[in-house]
Amino acid sequence: MTRKRRRLIFVLAGMSCLGIATFLVLNAFDDNLVFFYSPTDLVQKHPGTTKRLRIGGLVENGSLVTSEGGKRFNFKVTDGKTDLSVSYLGVAPALFREGQGVVAEGKMAADGRFEAATLLAKHDEKYMPPEVADALKKSGEWRPDQQAAAPGAADAPTSSKNAGDAPANSASARP
Amino acid sequence: MIAELGHFALILALLIAIVQSILPMVGAQRGARPMMDVAAPAALLQFGAVALAFAALTHGYVTSDFSLKNVAENSHSLKPLLYKITGVWGNHEGSMLLWALILTLYGAAVAAFGRNLPPALKARVLSVHGMIGVGFLAFILFTSNPFLRMLPVPPDGQGLNPILQDPGLAFHPPFLYLGYVGFSMAFSFAVAALIEGRVDPAWARWVRPWTLVAWCALTLGICLGSWWAYYELGWGGWWAWDPVENASFMPWLSGTALLHSAIVVEKRDTLKGWTIFLALVTFSLSLLGTFLVRSGVLSSVHAFAVDPARGAFILVLLVVAIGGSLVLFALKAPNLRATGNFAPISRESALVLNNLLLATAALTVFLGTLYPLFLDVIGGDKVSVGSPYYNATFVPLMVPLVLVMAAGPLMTWKRADLASVLMRLRLAFGAALAVALVMVIVTRGHEALAPLGIGLAAWLLFGTLKELAERIRLFQAPWEVVRNRLTHTTRAAWGMSVAHAGLAVTIAGITVASGWQQEAIQTLKPGESVTLAGDLYRFDRVEPRPGPNYSAEQATVTLSHDGRTFATLHPSRLTYPLQRMTTTDVAIHTDGFSDRYVVLGDPQPDGGWIFRIYYNPLVPWVWFGALIMVLGGVLSLSDRRLRIGAPVKRLKRAEAELAA
Repeated sequence: MTRKRRRLIFVLAGMSCLGIATFLVLNAFDDNLVFFYSPTDLVQKHPGTTKRLRIGGLVENGSLVTSEGGKRFNFKVTDGKTDLSVSYLGVAPALFREGQGVVAEGKMAADGRFEAATLLAKHDEKYMPPEVADALKKSGEWRPDQQAAAPGAADAPTSSKNAGDAPANSASARP
Repeated sequence: MIAELGHFALILALLIAIVQSILPMVGAQRGARPMMDVAAPAALLQFGAVALAFAALTHGYVTSDFSLKNVAENSHSLKPLLYKITGVWGNHEGSMLLWALILTLYGAAVAAFGRNLPPALKARVLSVHGMIGVGFLAFILFTSNPFLRMLPVPPDGQGLNPILQDPGLAFHPPFLYLGYVGFSMAFSFAVAALIEGRVDPAWARWVRPWTLVAWCALTLGICLGSWWAYYELGWGGWWAWDPVENASFMPWLSGTALLHSAIVVEKRDTLKGWTIFLALVTFSLSLLGTFLVRSGVLSSVHAFAVDPARGAFILVLLVVAIGGSLVLFALKAPNLRATGNFAPISRESALVLNNLLLATAALTVFLGTLYPLFLDVIGGDKVSVGSPYYNATFVPLMVPLVLVMAAGPLMTWKRADLASVLMRLRLAFGAALAVALVMVIVTRGHEALAPLGIGLAAWLLFGTLKELAERIRLFQAPWEVVRNRLTHTTRAAWGMSVAHAGLAVTIAGITVASGWQQEAIQTLKPGESVTLAGDLYRFDRVEPRPGPNYSAEQATVTLSHDGRTFATLHPSRLTYPLQRMTTTDVAIHTDGFSDRYVVLGDPQPDGGWIFRIYYNPLVPWVWFGALIMVLGGVLSLSDRRLRIGAPVKRLKRAEAELAA
């Protein structure tokens, strides 16, 4: 076995590892990338009912109704332009309430409602999920003066200790 | 006053680091011994100065000196002492100071214990280490200074985030940093070796213990972090492929590869370029992890503050360190000559395969972690990558890795006989197959992953035992021989067996915990009960419980099986008035094999409370296995061959004997 031949074998082994990895990654990206939509995006783009996706916005004031012994949450998520009805079965995170930013992961139901499998509300009430902040900015509903306590991700000098915003700390954030 | 002293010490440390990075390097290039000799005292002084700064900040926390902005923002006079101390690194500035402290600690360790390193190599290593120190100390002083004063002095502090007030998390960052930053040693040695243009078995013998120390600490740090996430966050899981978790997992994967390829350099004097490359990549991934976590590009519990200047600074550091070292590698690596030769079927090849698979696995994690950021930066869609991605990419790569892992140690160096190795493993294979078949029957064929995972764990465990049995010639030689071999087995060999067995335990834990978790969400009134996995959970009552800086509602839940009570759990909800935050205090009953995990949710208008209950079988094994792996690493570390200086001493003794 010459050195050259050995090197060739290892280069081939390395290439096949990379090839397998590329195949696995592309395959997995195809099926498992979860896209984020604001309620307005959702109306415009119609992602269908089969793909798992994330939506986000503010929980509309006066829209929250609980039933089934406090386990079923029906509420509306708004970006100021469009409302989206969301239904969630489970335990809500501690800071989930009306007027707060929320991100939900799940699928669209056939009747146009969003069936959430997980809710990602954040512990720290100063915090606004960056996706929600962007969605609100896009719809022109972003009012930093009103939401002085919700500075978003990019400009947060007031909240130098907003450590409680991991999706992980919300009560049922993870699947 | 003490804070100013700390600030001054930090500035001093930066100046020392600048001297340390320039003088010894110039000295080593010119062969000027006095300039090289600056390195060791400079490294010790730099450590002393950073330690002083760290002590000053700790003093500020312990005495609740709220004139310090950092203390006022992150501490509170009512906080228990333990969390006042751990609060030092529970925020961005303090944790970066801890980073610098550990970095200089490693530098000081080389200065103190590296007496028999060749002087030029030692000077260059400490010089490169000094450069890393310059980068991070400048980062702290210019963007994240913990010693800034604040006027007027607030009457009390804002407190530490309640979910960080926990013993598991208190010790997670120090260990994680000992691991992350420990790979800086391998990096410094690799860059120094590239500059010298020489990598030999002696070099590998110096690098291995440092890499092993870092690997053990990182394993322990990741294990603590996962355990904390499990019992503190109340979501019933223990790993979520969160970007922050991946940030620590990527250096672990490449560090593990480095650990194995350094063995080949030491024993067989080959794979040099690859080992150097891995050393550079591992520390680069550590830096990348620091960047991801510290720059605020990820929104997570670790993103203490979002300041674009900091992100930009770390990004520049990252580019200089990674770019510079890779350019150096491209220029110098072709000069590295290997002497050892080996066949495609040999222990070297098995280790190469291990390295390729680990590196590929690290790459898939890297892509999954950074792709959403990349897409966001170029203004594309907002996406998230969750565990299904990693299950589809990472897990398939681990299967061949574990398959080779059991066979690799049975192969001989240089050239091995595959047929003979497989013959020797036939019992292990049969046993693993039997275990997998039992799993198929238990799951009635519904699950494909469970038999595979358990079968792999069994294969790894039995293969490791077989290798151990062969080494001590168990059942093949008389007992005296076996005992003799048992006592003469090196600690490094024990370490390998123990660490591999630990991984088998972890794989078993992961497989069962992810396949058989059961969950119940139920509203219960006092006196009502719910059944999960054959256990009856009865909700007795809720009582208020006072705390030092929170108020709590504590429930009493009695667990029984077939009418026999076996545990009483007290899950509670804590309200921290200061932060206006509510956290849950999970109650867990563990018997070492399975956990009963109870979370108290919100009260309901009808007087009931929501409970979330999980039955988590074999989940403790995930961490037991990791601890066993760490034990293996520590065993290997205690091997006298790895203790620096041992070969020289032996040589001297041999000379003395010759003279006599």
